[in-house]
Amino acid sequence: MPFFEAFRLAIQTIRAQKLKSGFSLLGVFIGVASLIAAWSIANGVNRYMTEKFAQTLYGVNTFQLRRRPMFTPNVPDSVWRAWARRPRIRFSDAEAISEGLTVPVMTAWQSSDQVTVSYGNKEARDIELTTASERYFDIKNLGIAMGRPFTGEENRSGAPVAVLGDAVAKRLFVDRTPLGKSVRIGGVPYRVIGVVEHQGSILGFPLDRFVVVPALSPAQNLVNPPGILDAFLVKARSDPEMREAMSQAEGIMRGRRHLRPKQDNNFVLDTSEGVQRFWAGISRILVTVIPGIVVVSLVIGGIVIMNIMLMAVAERTREIGLRKSLGARRRDVLRQFLAESTAIATVGAAIGIFAGIGLTILINKISPLPASVSPASVVLGVIMGAGVGVVAGVYPASRAAKLDPITALRQE
Amino acid sequence: MSTVQLFRTGDTPLPDVIILTHKLTREYDMGSELVRALRGVSVQIQKNEYVAVMGPSGSGKSTLMNLIGCLDTPTSGEYWLNGQKVSDLADDELARIRNKEIGFVFQTFNLLPRADALHNVELPLIYAGMSARSRRDRAAHALQRVGLGDRMDHRPNELSGGQRQRVAIARALVNEPSILLADEPTGNLDSTTGLEIMALFRELHDSGQTVVMVTHEQDIAAHAARVITLRDGVVATDQARAA
Repeated sequence: MPFFEAFRLAIQTIRAQKLKSGFSLLGVFIGVASLIAAWSIANGVNRYMTEKFAQTLYGVNTFQLRRRPMFTPNVPDSVWRAWARRPRIRFSDAEAISEGLTVPVMTAWQSSDQVTVSYGNKEARDIELTTASERYFDIKNLGIAMGRPFTGEENRSGAPVAVLGDAVAKRLFVDRTPLGKSVRIGGVPYRVIGVVEHQGSILGFPLDRFVVVPALSPAQNLVNPPGILDAFLVKARSDPEMREAMSQAEGIMRGRRHLRPKQDNNFVLDTSEGVQRFWAGISRILVTVIPGIVVVSLVIGGIVIMNIMLMAVAERTREIGLRKSLGARRRDVLRQFLAESTAIATVGAAIGIFAGIGLTILINKISPLPASVSPASVVLGVIMGAGVGVVAGVYPASRAAKLDPITALRQE
Repeated sequence: MSTVQLFRTGDTPLPDVIILTHKLTREYDMGSELVRALRGVSVQIQKNEYVAVMGPSGSGKSTLMNLIGCLDTPTSGEYWLNGQKVSDLADDELARIRNKEIGFVFQTFNLLPRADALHNVELPLIYAGMSARSRRDRAAHALQRVGLGDRMDHRPNELSGGQRQRVAIARALVNEPSILLADEPTGNLDSTTGLEIMALFRELHDSGQTVVMVTHEQDIAAHAARVITLRDGVVATDQARAA
């Protein structure tokens, strides 16, 4: 019997026994659907983390000179204590690097802490106060929704002007214009000159609860001791130029800190790579956990199919006997039942693929994750589905093929 | 009665001898005892004979039928079918012989319930590796031959008992086998329908088909031209009837 005949027969049988076949393809369906959906989510999380998360926190082609990395998952206490003993970054460090770099870059100072901002009797608590220089808005890609950012002149003179995050403006001024109004930060009045565009949130953390003021304005005493900053931001025009700028900055800092060649840096040049590495680690976990789920459901699916096929062989013993008496060879019967189990599993895999793609689209719609279906997962889904069908079908099919036609025909 | 060649081990049957068994035995090892179902059966059936095999239950007629139908292999002895020694063939070769040389008709029809008449008749041709188009033509022709040209798309449960057996006969004939091998073909039919089937057998025999029929009913056996009676695993009588 040619394979096409076997497959046609399999489809006929499946259509004749819809309910039973439906149950038997459930396991493969779940396995493949979860494979594709989980793979898509992992993909999406990965892209989200590398593109949006990292760039929002760090900016493109940007590195930060810091005492310790900004993003520090799973760091042992000893490392924390070592970081805490490091000298802090000084204004003079930032100035020296600005003067020393030969690569064209954009730089900004930045220090931050949580404060309360008030307007009249209204208060906004736990607002991130950032004292920064004027290029901060450009480097962080913060668009201005109304008003203007502060100027270099205002920064150098330490003018008491403030640019509000969207959430702060809404909290304090509701729907009136905040421009020209005076808010109090640490008891000092600041004139609002601008409001930043709505930034949304990242993994549930709101990104609009901040105020930016000039680095040399009075509020600098709220965030850091005099002459100290949290980070010095350097944005280059391209990745190679950023790397060049990093190595120059490293040289300058090592010189200023009098580090001998064998000594490690007692500062970091932090880029989004660290975050990306961290997320790569998480997605590796996903990538190892997901196959577990997939394998379990495929194994269950395979066992279900095997049982259904064993039942089918028992039920159709007479049919097998008849087919043999009409000239079916062992391999014809084997092929018939293998085709049937493979068809069941493949149909399950096909439905699973559609469900997985549907799930991915749904995740795209209702969550910020840009989940996308990976073609490799679809191919793998089909292969594994069909593979389960073959593996689960071998034993029942070989039982069917070995049946003695006389005994089989006599069976009621 | 036809002339019978005296057959010895090592001989080859005459060309017009379709079935030749020589000292055929079949024993079943039932664990505690050895059941000797056939104890040396030697028969020759020639082309275009119409033979009934009779005998009480336990006489070995089913065993003989299984051996002639190539569903089973003998413990000893020879079996020649259409000039080929089949008693020592392997499984797959026996399947090919069943497909090409033997047309089975069963007491319980053994049709596939989910398939229509045409597809049921097509089955042997599928295993013969024939193309879909010629299969359809051949199957339709076979159904017309048994008078069911207008019932091709009916499923077994839409057909009467007699019609079902006709579908089974069409299936048996579709590969133009050397022998039509029927096992109690009227056993599940009322006497009128049984007679219709016997008339069809007669017709097929008249057109040149060799027919071997196993039955325990005297009336049905009476339709055959020759009756072989088995008792205790050996041939008891072998009589030609007046045509």
